[in-house]
Amino acid sequence: MKKKLIASLLLASMCGALLAGCGKGNDSASKEQVIVYNWGEYIDPDVLDQFEEETGIEVVYEEFETNEIMYPKVSSGAIAYDVICPSDYMIQRMIDEDMLYELNYDNIPNISNMDETYLKQAEEFDPGNRYSVPYCWGTVGILYNKTMVKEPIDSWDVLWDETYADNILMQDSVRDAFAVALKKLGYSLNSTDEGELEEAKNLLIEQKPLVQAYVIDQVRDKMIGNEAAIGVIYSGEAIYTQRENENLEYVIPKEGSNVWIDGWVIPKNAEHKENAEAFINFLCKPEIALKNFEYITYSTPNKAARELIEDEDIRNSTIAFPTAEMLENCETFQYLGDEVDAIYNEKWKEIKSH
Amino acid sequence: MSKKYFAAPYLVWAVGFIIIPLFMIVFYGFTDRSGAFTLENILAILSHEHAKALWLSILLSLVSTVICLVLAYPLAMILTKRNVNQHSFMVLLFILPMWMNFLLRTLAWQTLLEKNGVINAVLSFLHLPALEIINTPYAIVLGMVYNFLPFMVLPIYNVLAKIDPNVINAARDLGANGVQTFFRVIFPLSIPGVISGITMVFVPAMTTFVISTLLGGSKILLIGNVIEQEFTQGNNWHLGSGLSLVLMVFILISMAFVMKYDKDGEGAMF
Repeated sequence: MKKKLIASLLLASMCGALLAGCGKGNDSASKEQVIVYNWGEYIDPDVLDQFEEETGIEVVYEEFETNEIMYPKVSSGAIAYDVICPSDYMIQRMIDEDMLYELNYDNIPNISNMDETYLKQAEEFDPGNRYSVPYCWGTVGILYNKTMVKEPIDSWDVLWDETYADNILMQDSVRDAFAVALKKLGYSLNSTDEGELEEAKNLLIEQKPLVQAYVIDQVRDKMIGNEAAIGVIYSGEAIYTQRENENLEYVIPKEGSNVWIDGWVIPKNAEHKENAEAFINFLCKPEIALKNFEYITYSTPNKAARELIEDEDIRNSTIAFPTAEMLENCETFQYLGDEVDAIYNEKWKEIKSH
Repeated sequence: MSKKYFAAPYLVWAVGFIIIPLFMIVFYGFTDRSGAFTLENILAILSHEHAKALWLSILLSLVSTVICLVLAYPLAMILTKRNVNQHSFMVLLFILPMWMNFLLRTLAWQTLLEKNGVINAVLSFLHLPALEIINTPYAIVLGMVYNFLPFMVLPIYNVLAKIDPNVINAARDLGANGVQTFFRVIFPLSIPGVISGITMVFVPAMTTFVISTLLGGSKILLIGNVIEQEFTQGNNWHLGSGLSLVLMVFILISMAFVMKYDKDGEGAMF
């Protein structure tokens, strides 16, 4: 009996030590810190060093792969992140669920460098720009290899063209894949209509035999390596692939597509709100935004940064900065609610297991 | 008495990183989004897509296990017949690739098998027809066999190496020929290693989602992919946990299978 007591005492003291260890983490709140949670490979690492040097605030940096992986970690409050970079529909969801702090723009004067167009665009999911500051944006479109595709492409229809059987790369994510089919059918990519979704599903099943593979990041390497003729890709990746393989061409199909914005937000359980705002403000500096643009090649909504781009071809590139007409039929994803998400997922599984 | 102190860190580890997470999976698996008890997540395995994914997983991992066994057994026998220096070198050759990251090795196969990959480049240079197995179930089986073969070789090798040569000599003395010695002496004595190898290949092959994503082009949905999708894209931890529990049942069955034959733990890998 005594033995057991000692063992359990020991265990208790160990747990105590562990808790004390955690406690220390909280104490250091007084030390200047900002805990950043960002997409993988979504910032120039130099920028973080520069921020630390200039402000003396230590950056604790973590990465996520999808919005869906990020969300439960933040909503459970397991880790008190100070500043996060979710996508449009996820920002909308977090606003709806009252998870975000309103930003104090007195601390973010550099917001004046932002292009009004994109701030307006961001109002689709964040009315009044109260909770988020746009970081990167872009479109989803078709990347094709001019040596393998003779006629110019302007429509999603080409993804159902049997000439390109086994030469097509599709996005391996539910909403992106459905967006392609819904847009081809002329519906909204935020459709919640079961009938429309069923039609889109059947279209994607019909397409499956022509698809070489469903990929996410690998579409980049496969297109560079001439592995496929046509791929569905994010515009930011398109610029990168063109640097590596000059035969590649990017187009936003005429039926319209997804235009997305990722923005910085501050969750309600943040412990260093002012440091987070300082971080956001720092990223809005033109030279910093330029540095990030050059590193990650996703379009920057920062007007002043765009003007600093030296290479004229890139500054005027319609891939990085499409014109208003090109974006006419494009839409931003919206959060559709758990129930509709579940319908999308069910149908996606039906496609995948077909 | 003092021995108990040493056990304490392991206890904390086991509770914190094994028992609590397991209970969380059980909890998620048996509840819905509102937190109410439900069997729906478990019964979801019966839906057409999930059942098909589970069936495909079983089929592909069975095929891989059989191929691994057929390849590994003769190899293990060759290894045991070598002298000490040679065989430890050859065993090292088998363990060596395992020191490299599993993902990297699978990605390397993708590069090898691709349409414009290394293998096809060589084949077209030799004017041979191209190998078109990337993004098919064949590539997935190849990936499974490649990645899990050492887990079959090593336990069988361990058991074979421990067989007393006198037992085999006795069989020969008593008039058994080579084939008889193998089937009536060597093979029965190596069963614990075989069973252990089968489990160690079958279980990871059943649960993999990486191999089917990378080498199957995500076109073939295995049960591991379904579970992964529920967590990373579907935001439905409850369904993902429920399906994980079903998968766990399959693993428990195969563990029970091992326990029955491998009572002395002879087939242990190292």
